[in-house]
Amino acid sequence: MGIRILKGGMLTTVQDLGRTGYQSQGFGVAGVMDVRSFKIANLLLDNPENEAVLEFTLIGPTLEFTATSLIAITGGDFQPTINGEPAPMYTAIYMKKGDILKFGSARTGSRGYVAFSGYLGIPVVMGSRCTNLKSRLGGFKGRKLEAGDYINFRIKRQYLPFFLSRTLDLDEFDQEEATLRVVMGPEEDRFSKKGIETFLNNEYVVTSDFDRMGCRLDGPFIASKETSDIISDGIAFGSIQVPSHGKPIILLADRQTTGGYAKIATVASVDIPKLVQRKTDHKIRFQAISVEEAQRLYLEEIRELDKMRKKIHQPCKEVLECRLVAKRLSRLFESD
Amino acid sequence: MQKIKIVAAGDSSILIEFGREINEEINRKITTTVQLIHAQQIEGVVDMIPAFSTLLINYDPRIVSFEKMRKRIQELVKMEVKAGTGRKKIFEIPVCYGGEYGPDIDNIASHAGLTQEEVIQIHSSRDYLIYMLGFLPGFCYLGGLDERIHTPRLANPRLKINAGSVGIGGSQTGIYPLDSPGGWQLMGMTPVKTYDPDRETPILVEAGDYIRFIPIDEQEYRRLKELVERKEYQCIIHEGEV
Repeated sequence: MGIRILKGGMLTTVQDLGRTGYQSQGFGVAGVMDVRSFKIANLLLDNPENEAVLEFTLIGPTLEFTATSLIAITGGDFQPTINGEPAPMYTAIYMKKGDILKFGSARTGSRGYVAFSGYLGIPVVMGSRCTNLKSRLGGFKGRKLEAGDYINFRIKRQYLPFFLSRTLDLDEFDQEEATLRVVMGPEEDRFSKKGIETFLNNEYVVTSDFDRMGCRLDGPFIASKETSDIISDGIAFGSIQVPSHGKPIILLADRQTTGGYAKIATVASVDIPKLVQRKTDHKIRFQAISVEEAQRLYLEEIRELDKMRKKIHQPCKEVLECRLVAKRLSRLFESD
Repeated sequence: MQKIKIVAAGDSSILIEFGREINEEINRKITTTVQLIHAQQIEGVVDMIPAFSTLLINYDPRIVSFEKMRKRIQELVKMEVKAGTGRKKIFEIPVCYGGEYGPDIDNIASHAGLTQEEVIQIHSSRDYLIYMLGFLPGFCYLGGLDERIHTPRLANPRLKINAGSVGIGGSQTGIYPLDSPGGWQLMGMTPVKTYDPDRETPILVEAGDYIRFIPIDEQEYRRLKELVERKEYQCIIHEGEV
């Protein structure tokens, strides 16, 4: 008993934090694009931090529940509905057998997430449940989900304490501009002083070459000293490589493990969600920060997530609107 | 030995640069550093990407800060470890060069001032050491390409290169194990699958093995391709001393 995929959407895959430990053989990490939205979806349900979720892109899927489960929807606003009624986001929702969860197109952001309290019945391959599309490995048969696919739940877990408290503020994804904080390097010395100034002082535009592998930007030419060809070396999540055409390419979840273009900078982990939730034609600027500052921001976000976890584990003190309470609770008492 | 450089690659990775050239000594140093990190079980290390002349380490900043990691690695690379020698394995990779199989072979030939035949002869006349696997599952980075046929990468990478393509990127040559974007100059195609997720060993070769390219014609390519599709093809492997 689990979920049946009625419509696959544009690109819906099973993802977690990725398949680490095999990059030396050339196996990419894959995993979710927006780690923050992923973590919030799981924490709303007291799921393990690395529990697998569905990630969808630009146009979301339609799912039929064949068993009861709690779910949480985060990320961009894909105008979710349950049996035709608008469904809340960043909130634990009670889904019953027969319910239809439908996502539309992304009104804000470009990637959405749904986590399940019943845990997706996806086998662990090389330490992860994530889908590596390139290697056709892991996830649901190594591919994106399509109509007719069926995923069981691993456990029966239908009730959580403090159900009414399990709602958080929505993250905003409607901006069309973003400033990404970056740590310069590891190969900034391959670029001229002017090239680095160009990179840091200009606006770049997200092109349509934007997928789980990377995001190509368009904008002023970034000059290297001699050549931006290097002896191939390892790539991190958020590495910004600049080939000799002088336009940055930011490497994301489905990045290759190594590459031969110099990397001018690396996006701070906390700002990668800002990038992956952009759409074509959105504007990007870069701001250099120190590695210490980037690590401080990373730890700060972890504390913020801890606070969220605390908040949803306290009795709901706010005076909620009665109708809202009734609406959220009524689903619990309807018989299957 | 050149001075070793240790720099940040964002907030969760650190890059150790052992040099800026491809040679066996530097590559061996990286292999031993990877072994040391495994042996010492350094806290916070999540993953490692050894390359020709660099080692990228992914780590968890919750467990260890950049500064601590940098110091730890500095101590580590000072340690000298003797690398062992052993058998060498040479894998024969048949390649159909030129034409639709290698659309950039003219670029390579004109850049080198050679004929296509000379390029093919040079490319297939030596054994290449596999320095590392990376970029894609099973993608081998090979050392020792003859300087005469070094060719710069394409200024604008292709969005799709077919699995089995053999190409040159700068001073490197190699085989694309699966369909992928890439910027190498393509010179031929092999029917052999260097990566096959359905095979018992999905990745055919290991770092430290050698590859020998064998020129074949179109007819032979089709014949071998059919054998590969029927899973009847056995890669020819020679063994010898290093």
